[in-house]
Amino acid sequence: MKRLPQIGWLADGRRLHLQDGPIDLIVEARGSEASLRAAYHAAARRFTGLLDELCDELQMLRKAADPTQCLLEGAVARRMHAAVAPLAVDHFITPMAAVAGAVAEEILSAMVREARLERAYVNNGGDIALHLADGAHFTVGLVDRPDTPGLIGTTVIAADDPSRGVATSGRHGRSFSLGIADAVTVLAPTAAQADAAATIIANAVDLPGHPGIVRCRADGLQPDSDLGARLVTRHVDVLEEREILSALEAGADKARLLLAAGLIDGAALRLQGETRVVALKKFGANVQPAVSRQEMESAIDA
Amino acid sequence: MLTDATATATDKIRCDACPVMCYIKPGAAGACDRYANHNGELVRVDPHIVLERTVSHGGALVPFQAGGDWDGKIVHEPGVFVTAIGAGTTYPDYKPAPFIVSSEIDGVDMVTVVTEGIFSYCGVKVKIDTDRYLGPETATVRVQGEAVGHVTTSEYGSQMLSLGGVHHLTGGSKKEGRVTCDALMDLSNCKPVELTIDGGASVVVQAGYPPIVNGVAEERMRVGCGSATIGMFAKQWHGKVDEVVVVDDHITGVLSEHQAGKLLDIPDTGIKMKGRRSTPGRYFQVAEPGTGWGGTGITDPLSVLGPFDPKTARPGMTMLMVSTTGEHAAYYQLDEALTPVEKPMPADLKASVERIQENCEPALCTVLFMGGAGGSLRAGVTDNPVRLTRSVKEALTRVTSGGAPVYVWPGGGITFMVDVTRLPAGAFGYVPTPALVAPIEFTLRLSDYAALGGHMDHVRPLASLKENTEIRHMSSPQPSGSRP
Repeated sequence: MKRLPQIGWLADGRRLHLQDGPIDLIVEARGSEASLRAAYHAAARRFTGLLDELCDELQMLRKAADPTQCLLEGAVARRMHAAVAPLAVDHFITPMAAVAGAVAEEILSAMVREARLERAYVNNGGDIALHLADGAHFTVGLVDRPDTPGLIGTTVIAADDPSRGVATSGRHGRSFSLGIADAVTVLAPTAAQADAAATIIANAVDLPGHPGIVRCRADGLQPDSDLGARLVTRHVDVLEEREILSALEAGADKARLLLAAGLIDGAALRLQGETRVVALKKFGANVQPAVSRQEMESAIDA
Repeated sequence: MLTDATATATDKIRCDACPVMCYIKPGAAGACDRYANHNGELVRVDPHIVLERTVSHGGALVPFQAGGDWDGKIVHEPGVFVTAIGAGTTYPDYKPAPFIVSSEIDGVDMVTVVTEGIFSYCGVKVKIDTDRYLGPETATVRVQGEAVGHVTTSEYGSQMLSLGGVHHLTGGSKKEGRVTCDALMDLSNCKPVELTIDGGASVVVQAGYPPIVNGVAEERMRVGCGSATIGMFAKQWHGKVDEVVVVDDHITGVLSEHQAGKLLDIPDTGIKMKGRRSTPGRYFQVAEPGTGWGGTGITDPLSVLGPFDPKTARPGMTMLMVSTTGEHAAYYQLDEALTPVEKPMPADLKASVERIQENCEPALCTVLFMGGAGGSLRAGVTDNPVRLTRSVKEALTRVTSGGAPVYVWPGGGITFMVDVTRLPAGAFGYVPTPALVAPIEFTLRLSDYAALGGHMDHVRPLASLKENTEIRHMSSPQPSGSRP
């Protein structure tokens, strides 16, 4: 019998939660009742079996991407490859770097294909695919430590902006990072692109050879990690201000290259309480003395 | 919660909970963070565990997916919204969201309001069971060089620290706030934190573990002050030794002069103590505080004695000197010049020293989180916040934190303390204000909840959350303003 994913409403009754294996999606759309019905059904239908489809090609997805050709067959796998291929010319990157964003994108596109929606998002653990009809916008909250709640700022994405994907990468998340960034949030044309670029930029936020940084082989921690024997960051001492700024600058340099290549629309880089922003016009740093949880919730899921 | 897993020779296990089939090393989790290898066994570690622990604590339920399974028919009905709590969800989104739930307990219709509170006004009180000198009262306590609190008045057998508070969280530099917030969160989540005290010691504190003072793990609390020790052991020493001095930073006891010795007719020995005599046989300040004998700075116990009085003392007299934990002890005999000379300790006296050790309780660090529930948090519970405060004061509303019992401070507001070891693991978070996020629940009778202006239209029966079978349609949408 086919394994079925978990599909249910979150406690607020307005966000659909889809879970299968390591995939956790939070889905919310706005539109007419009939459109919502069609969209949520489409999301649930597309989600069923999606993980199996991915796992069929897992071996190849865990290998360094070939920038010149794509031998993958699954729709999500091809999205992943397309997102990492431009980066694979200059970096080691596997399609897995874009898995979260690609899944979000795939579900969102299934919804939008079936229904006319004012706006919708599919949030895959912080990697988010967005749909915006004319005049709509989303306020996106930025989180610096994926392992603990907390907002460091917000940015607004409007329908006439090119970005339809937001992703965050850093050393506190589920995936390993080669760099030391607490969080790098990227806005890009697609969620898979944002996901892949966030990985590469977070890797670039680094202080090579710094004695206060502990690194371990990825496969020593997770035997089947796609990063193999590469050293991933496990601990970062408290850094001096100038070290923080220099590491952030290295990441910002990378972000500017990707921006110039049209691969991203903007990025916010965070390390030990310092933030560096690249080309985010509507970035609002969170400097209020207190954040109400209501505001946080709105900002995160909006 | 177990599922089949295949163990391999390398004690990695292959998880078969989903087609990703992760190889998981002992102590690690799979790609999903839901299944982990715990000593070769595949275990589920996601919020179900928190749920079970919370239930076992007798506390409130926090459902992972309270909206119920999706029956494929219902489309985005805002009516199932269950809470209006001003405090909200966490990131990532799969963490428990706040809600108000009612349940039948002993025939009484109960309401539990579950939320996570943001506490700017919060801190931890740390009790460190040690007589070792940690630093002067009011001295600044630092983490990574940043001031995070201070040494406060000591308690019986323990040194006390008061850490955190709004002054260090938001009143100082950005770094001071961040370091304070991290230290509070780690201490509250039962993780070790190294503290250094201005003009004093460095101490590693971890709730539920012995303190490590200047690199040395403390083993035991003292049995009592020096005077109390004399009182407890006078009879056991009687007839075996002429004089006993129990060295202690607070009160050093002298057997022959002490009331307990007098009652046993123990004769004067001509001993002369340094320090300030409080009452007979009890001396304050025989030495500076430190990490030597009995919490003093001394390494040679004879340094607390003056010369013996030749009118009373006689050669051959014996004396036991011992610290209040029994960790230090020495046996002396007066020579012809009435100078104490160290001698091997007789077996029966050695036994009394061991008895002192045996009576010392294990030294522990204990951490109480203390915070005040402010206006906005209470507003999530009721539309007339002060009534919640009054209700708590009148003991109609029970306050718990992560299901753990709390002590609610008398007077205004809802200021409470909770032993952090009684909360589920990782119960505390933070927001970058910086401020701590702690769970807090208010449990009260449904009728009382209605009376204090509770959000009655958002109360759901617990069964509807547990069974996940139905989604109730309500005409009123969620409160305005909660959506962007």
